[in-house]
Amino acid sequence: MRSRRPTAVSSFASVGATEGDADRIAAAERAARSRGASQSDNAFVTGVCLMTPLLAFLVFVYAVPFIGVAAWSVTLPKPGLGQYERLVTDPLVFSVFLRTFRICLIVTVLSVVAAYAIAYVWVRGTRLERRLVEFCILIPFWISILTRTFGWLALLSNRGLINTWLQAAGLIAGPLPLAYNEFSVILGITHVLVPFAVFPLASSMRSVDERVLLAARGLGASRLRTFWTVFAPMTASGVVGAALIVFVFTLGFFVTPAILGGGRSIMAAELVWLRMFQSPDWGLGAAISVALVVLVGALMAALFRLARPALMGSSG
Amino acid sequence: MIQRPGRMALLLAGLVSAFLLAPLLAVVPISFTPARFLTMPNGHLSLIHYRELIDDPDWARSILLSLRIGVVSSAIATVLALAFSLGVWMIQPRFAALMVGFVLLPMIAPPIVSAMTLYFFLTSLSGVSGAIGYDTWFGVTIAHVVMITPFAVVMTLVALAQVDRRIDLAARGLGASALQRVFKVILPNIRFGVMMAALMAFFLSWEEIGVTLFVTSVNAITLPRLMWMGVHDNIDPAVAAISVVLIVVTTLALTGRMLLQREEAA
Repeated sequence: MRSRRPTAVSSFASVGATEGDADRIAAAERAARSRGASQSDNAFVTGVCLMTPLLAFLVFVYAVPFIGVAAWSVTLPKPGLGQYERLVTDPLVFSVFLRTFRICLIVTVLSVVAAYAIAYVWVRGTRLERRLVEFCILIPFWISILTRTFGWLALLSNRGLINTWLQAAGLIAGPLPLAYNEFSVILGITHVLVPFAVFPLASSMRSVDERVLLAARGLGASRLRTFWTVFAPMTASGVVGAALIVFVFTLGFFVTPAILGGGRSIMAAELVWLRMFQSPDWGLGAAISVALVVLVGALMAALFRLARPALMGSSG
Repeated sequence: MIQRPGRMALLLAGLVSAFLLAPLLAVVPISFTPARFLTMPNGHLSLIHYRELIDDPDWARSILLSLRIGVVSSAIATVLALAFSLGVWMIQPRFAALMVGFVLLPMIAPPIVSAMTLYFFLTSLSGVSGAIGYDTWFGVTIAHVVMITPFAVVMTLVALAQVDRRIDLAARGLGASALQRVFKVILPNIRFGVMMAALMAFFLSWEEIGVTLFVTSVNAITLPRLMWMGVHDNIDPAVAAISVVLIVVTTLALTGRMLLQREEAA
């Protein structure tokens, strides 16, 4: 996955650098600093100058405007916390949040199970199996979300592939309502997120010590028992990481539900868009956005606490 | 001796692979339909939707716009990300983790929130001048820079993490100035990572839709935005045609990369 081509020097570093080296480097840096104070000041100034443009840009373009959006949520249409009250009391808004959580849960379970199966073969298959599976993971991953969503319409809509074939085979009289409902939204989002779940799972599977599995087999455990009592627990951190990533992504998902939901099965992020551009209610849109930020923030905090090892192993 | 996946695992993985490829394959027959709406071709095939990609100037215009925005925003994002990461790497400031976390926010926050935020920013900017804010190519470029820079930062930091600090230290000990260290020592060691970051940034801008949808309306129509109109507002089989083109290009690029990797490994 990761394409890196280390130069002679940096590959030397990854081979040769150890804990003790790190200490010596730190000591040498301190020495270098005390040797020429003016020179290290110079370096410090350069470093700060290098960091400032991006930080300033993001404060100006992202942080300050976000405060503006948050201000909308407590000032539009009138000052107060009314819009946040509506998140729980307004039946429409509340039902959208309920649906969003329901879809998040279903998509999370489906994606993690699917990703686990495919990651397993990707990590442990024969050379040919690995190639084939890698192809099936990476092609969808690199293809635009709009193309993939359109693909689901091509499969599921009334005159799409599945309904046409079923009708031609005489199995059904009229087209099945496969598209523009919660079912198609779940399929579409799962399709987008499986590759994202594969990467943390694969990295946790790669770190499983093969000798432990051999020991279990040697002690007489069946293949299935080895998998459930040895392999699966050892990849649990990957499962947690993958599940949280999928859940968080689904929470803020917008394009796929907007297209495959057909305006009927609306999710939270889509509601924001509708309240911005279709039937304007900017205060509510802003309040939902702030609520999503708080939710995602809490989940990300949990993610870093629970699944740090699995995440550190994968830079994808 | 690694234990290979059993029949059960292979069967499941096969099903998942089919699930992952099915919608991409389903687009192909639809793109050859002679009808003006989404339907399977009935008996005879037609290329009218591929013709439309050439005849309708909207497609070429949006592709050019996406290319321009992609190149400019990726260049800006790469430079900003590179400078920031170099700064963090060189001085290892006390609140480095906090600063990196802040810079990564647009990547972590739900896209809808970034979209609202950038909508707010660009409509305010429109108040200053109509030529640079909401629904202009410049505005979209700024929005894309915000969205793609975090990815460039991650990739640059990963590249920097593989540089041996001792060579930088040696340069410093030999009296190199900060600028000399950057240009003569550090950059040559991470140039491949920076190139990959720029490519990734371009690609992310090229297919960005969530934020673009919020900050454009009728003037700055990027390719994904045009495809959105052909999928969401009314279903246009021309989207199937452009999708097939994109799928073929992506598949060729990936296959090429895999073959290259194999040769390298051999």
